[in-house]
Amino acid sequence: MKEIISGGEALLRSLKNEGVDTIFGYPGGSIMPVFDAMYDHRDDFHQVVVRHEQGAVHAAQGYARSSGKVGVCIVTSGPGATNTLTGISDAILDSTPVVVIAGQVSSAVLGTDAFQEIDLVGVTQPISKWSYQIRRAEDVAWAVSRAFYIARSGRPGPVVLDFTKNAQVAQIAYEPVTVDYVRSYVPYPKPNMDAIKEAAELINRARRPFALVGQGVELGEAHEELKAFLEKANIPAARTLLGLSALPSDYPLNVGMLGMHGNLSCNVNTNQCDVLIAIGMRFSDRVTGNLATYAKQAKVIHLDIDRVEIDKNVKADIPVIGNCKETLPLITELLQPADHKEWIDSFADYDAVEYEKVIAKALNPGKGPLKMGEVARKVSEASNNSAVLVTDVGQNQMLSCRYFKYTKPHSVLTSGGLGTMGYGLPAAIGATMGVPERTVCVFMGDGGFQMNIQELGTIMEQKSPVKMILLNNNYLGNVRQWQELFFNNRYSCTPMLNADYCMIAKAYGIPSRLVVDRSEIDDAIKEMLETPGAFLLHVAVEEEDNVMPMVPPGASICDMIFE
Amino acid sequence: MEKKLYTVIIYSENIAGMLNQVTAEFTRRQMNIETLNVSSSAIDGVHRYTVSLWADEDIIRKSVKSIEKKIDVLKADYYTEDEIFVQEVALYKISTPVLLVNKQVSKIIRHNNARVIEVNSNYSVVEQTGKTETIMKLYKEFVAEQCLLQFVKSGHVAVTRNANENLSEHIFDEDAKRKVK
Repeated sequence: MKEIISGGEALLRSLKNEGVDTIFGYPGGSIMPVFDAMYDHRDDFHQVVVRHEQGAVHAAQGYARSSGKVGVCIVTSGPGATNTLTGISDAILDSTPVVVIAGQVSSAVLGTDAFQEIDLVGVTQPISKWSYQIRRAEDVAWAVSRAFYIARSGRPGPVVLDFTKNAQVAQIAYEPVTVDYVRSYVPYPKPNMDAIKEAAELINRARRPFALVGQGVELGEAHEELKAFLEKANIPAARTLLGLSALPSDYPLNVGMLGMHGNLSCNVNTNQCDVLIAIGMRFSDRVTGNLATYAKQAKVIHLDIDRVEIDKNVKADIPVIGNCKETLPLITELLQPADHKEWIDSFADYDAVEYEKVIAKALNPGKGPLKMGEVARKVSEASNNSAVLVTDVGQNQMLSCRYFKYTKPHSVLTSGGLGTMGYGLPAAIGATMGVPERTVCVFMGDGGFQMNIQELGTIMEQKSPVKMILLNNNYLGNVRQWQELFFNNRYSCTPMLNADYCMIAKAYGIPSRLVVDRSEIDDAIKEMLETPGAFLLHVAVEEEDNVMPMVPPGASICDMIFE
Repeated sequence: MEKKLYTVIIYSENIAGMLNQVTAEFTRRQMNIETLNVSSSAIDGVHRYTVSLWADEDIIRKSVKSIEKKIDVLKADYYTEDEIFVQEVALYKISTPVLLVNKQVSKIIRHNNARVIEVNSNYSVVEQTGKTETIMKLYKEFVAEQCLLQFVKSGHVAVTRNANENLSEHIFDEDAKRKVK
């Protein structure tokens, strides 16, 4: 006989059924029956109470992106639900699998402007992969399983379940459901063999092929398939921001990072190659610069699991739709070995220019205030280049991503598409739970740190071993940089009067250290990494430093400036 | 790019909120919907949307792909006017007293092959089916005779030149195998 249980209890059993082990949440009126049921499941789930619902989604994102599993958060209706919107938007743009479960007023009062009622499905439809209102306890098992199937399959993304209170309390005969098929949804399109052949032929004829590697490789776990593909025909590869750890930093065919603050060689050679092979990347405007002058000389092969990305920004001569874990080996098989030595060597010439004009100064300034880049490189090296890098948004993000080194997959957690300040701290908490065996280092600026600073409370309570590196320049640095370069030095609203962050950390029982002088930085990083648990490394960095090189807004991708 | 009148035909599961998701894809690309028709399709449980709008092909192609990507949208395609048969239905409510005294009005109805579907002492209802131009021609003629009380037209309903509902067969084969939604 089927067991009679409440809708709230059915939710938790369904989550268990999907393999969930961690829930990020915040209770409130319309979700109380679920939290009540959670009391009996304290051993089944690690229940993490955040300090703000935005923190819950970003933590779930950090958990998901570090572990490859679906992140889960449970919040109440109204303000609890609206506080998750930034994270849901972030997750749709960065293809992160999260399931957000929000309470909702009872279905009897839906549409009456009841206390803490908002039309969550209406609000989240444009920013989620699927958004559904559960109004009957009978639908819980189906909706939860469908939500997880949709969130994790194909191109991953956020799913929202709006769970009315009456459905949480109603008693039903529970039966587990597993959804692994939705007839309107094709998560893994079958590769088209004609396109595979055409792609291979084009690459075989290419003299200057260039691969652009995106997060699709990480999401599809196609790291080895990618390497086999690149190695067979000696194809140089550059990575997007979100694809940075798809290849190890020191991998010989890895020529660097693309985009606005990427490497000169990669951006210039985008407009020099004869065949551009985009793999699991979406030609974001941060990668392409001015589309009118982007790679016009090249034939474009675009491998993507999502056909909407084909021809969206850059016209593909040969679209190869499918999971790159499947399509890459099919192309590799048809490739002829090639050398491309002269072409690969051409990257080094530009690298030398960039090193002299930018990198040497960023990593070894010798005198003057500390620079963000050198701190990032030192932290990376002190953690054997194997830590998970989490960043906030802005200069701290660009410089830590540029100068951190990667040896393992799934090592970069950063808000790429939405550029969400405040993402870093909660995402890092989630990462410590997603991959507890790894060191998690989060780089933040003084602006972004304060956007979700309340999550220090979660770190305190959970004893999350988050290594926090606060790069404090007393400015909203990236905006200040743009004001300097493009708004005639008019620093409107960008200077920050800052608090004593070590004192704040102390109030949460988190050890910290302020570093102003270069002579202390190595020792401070060592102390941070050797101290068990969380640590705040507060670094006073050069106030008016710029992230360089840079593609100015509207410029061609190959026209980078150095100062 | 040159703007053309496109007709978009969409099939979706019969789930609340689908129409919002469909129209939102046009709204975010700054397109105005010219006509919109939603009804059940020939397939049980599947809704069919016929949307007409002026757009350039690049935009319409991207919008339609995004619509088809939505979970619970089964199929979305776009057509130019020569690829489909389009009709509209219009109802004209006209004044019966004018109809009785002005012989021109009944002549207009006969010449346009329109149908009278209701007559009472106050008003009569005339129905016309055809291309938009046919419908608007009758509208203008009634207006000229000052007999029109109300007017409504349905928006485009369209069928493609294909033999069947334009849904890929495999969806239903697969569906039959799984017997689940």
